[in-house]
Amino acid sequence: MFNLEGYLPTILEGSIITLQIALLSLALALVLGILGALGKLSRNVIARKSAEIYTTLIRSVPDLILMLLIYFGGQVLVNDLAYKLGYDDYIEISPFAAGVITIGFIFGAYLTETFRGGILAVPQGQLEAGRAFGMSPIKVFRRILFPQMMRHALPGLTNNWLVLLKTTALVSIIGLDDLVRKANMAAGVTQKPFTFYLLVGVIFLVFTSISTLLLKRLENHYNPERRGH
Amino acid sequence: MDFTPVIENIDFYWQGLFTTIQLVSAALILGLMLAIPLALMRGSQHAYLRFPAWFYIYIIRGTPLLVQLYIIYYGFGQVESIKASWLWAFFKEAYWCALFAFTLNTAAYTAEILRGAIETTPKGELEAAKAFGMSKNMIYRRILLPSAFRRALPAYSNEVIFLLHGSAVAGVITLVDITGAARIVNARFYNPFEAFIVAALFYMALTFCFIWLFKRLEKRYLSHLQKPAQ
Repeated sequence: MFNLEGYLPTILEGSIITLQIALLSLALALVLGILGALGKLSRNVIARKSAEIYTTLIRSVPDLILMLLIYFGGQVLVNDLAYKLGYDDYIEISPFAAGVITIGFIFGAYLTETFRGGILAVPQGQLEAGRAFGMSPIKVFRRILFPQMMRHALPGLTNNWLVLLKTTALVSIIGLDDLVRKANMAAGVTQKPFTFYLLVGVIFLVFTSISTLLLKRLENHYNPERRGH
Repeated sequence: MDFTPVIENIDFYWQGLFTTIQLVSAALILGLMLAIPLALMRGSQHAYLRFPAWFYIYIIRGTPLLVQLYIIYYGFGQVESIKASWLWAFFKEAYWCALFAFTLNTAAYTAEILRGAIETTPKGELEAAKAFGMSKNMIYRRILLPSAFRRALPAYSNEVIFLLHGSAVAGVITLVDITGAARIVNARFYNPFEAFIVAALFYMALTFCFIWLFKRLEKRYLSHLQKPAQ
């Protein structure tokens, strides 16, 4: 039952793709999350409203629907646009790009809330002090806001990362050769779906367990009270 | 954009809405029933009770719902002992597989939420109950669980939304839930934009209904914990 019939390398290849998607979409989500949080806390009405619409819309629709919408819908949209611009060839969006963009976009909305809470936890006076020292806004962000915000945002970030990692399984549905789809194929050929999906489950469990351990250490790093304990 | 094919086939979506509501609410009820003993086991002093609950929750929360669903729907057919038994009558149907997977999944998350709520029970409440001479059973029934349920409400409302959104994967194993309906319409008319936007609207409406419902429940059962209006 647990003979993989030589498909282990294929599955491991898929795991690498899964990790790539997860890390790239995390990077996108971090950028969008910080922008969204700054938008939500900004004095500018347009920035505030658009950040609010972004988080509300994304968080009220399932990830899978958004993914199908961006992948299949985006495909039609891009081709219509290209056709109108006088371009005749069929343009194909890569499922990899669609997957990364969708997941990054979705988790950007969740991280917006996490970062907003983190930013609010930093005392205003410290930011004012930074400005009074003549620091540029970027320097204030880098030296004062960001390190302290991270400390408050990390537990939320850890949670979001674990959910994100599991969400990547959905990219198999839009045809990306991730871990789950490689298992689909191996299961189809060998007629051993139980074996291969169980293996996929174990690999995800390893990923989430390692993540939890590493992020615990990072939490300690940003929390000076616990550093070195 | 042309919504006519979607509107002409809106019946698929109504059917899908019905399936989604049915699956999610059944899984929520069954999951909650499983979650209560799990949460109590998880917080038990005995390792032989605590460990299995911890392990179960750890595995379910560490793996994607889609993979859990695949193991049950596609995988169980490979296991001879399941295929030969009466259980196969259930596990060959996509509907029961989805219900089973969603129930197991939400039970684990809910148990963790409940455990947190039970742990934060104010000591005074328990001491008062003991001083009244209540038995351990009665304390659980009358003090600990009702008070934990209330405090768990906000986190539980998040879990309900997560399950609702997670249930979209049912459309992948041939079920016609809202996602399944959109996939059928898209496959027939090749109108992905319109088909999935309408599905998104259905989910959005459901999400807002759930949020509204939980806001009301929180108002009713948590008002004693809210700050008084200024």
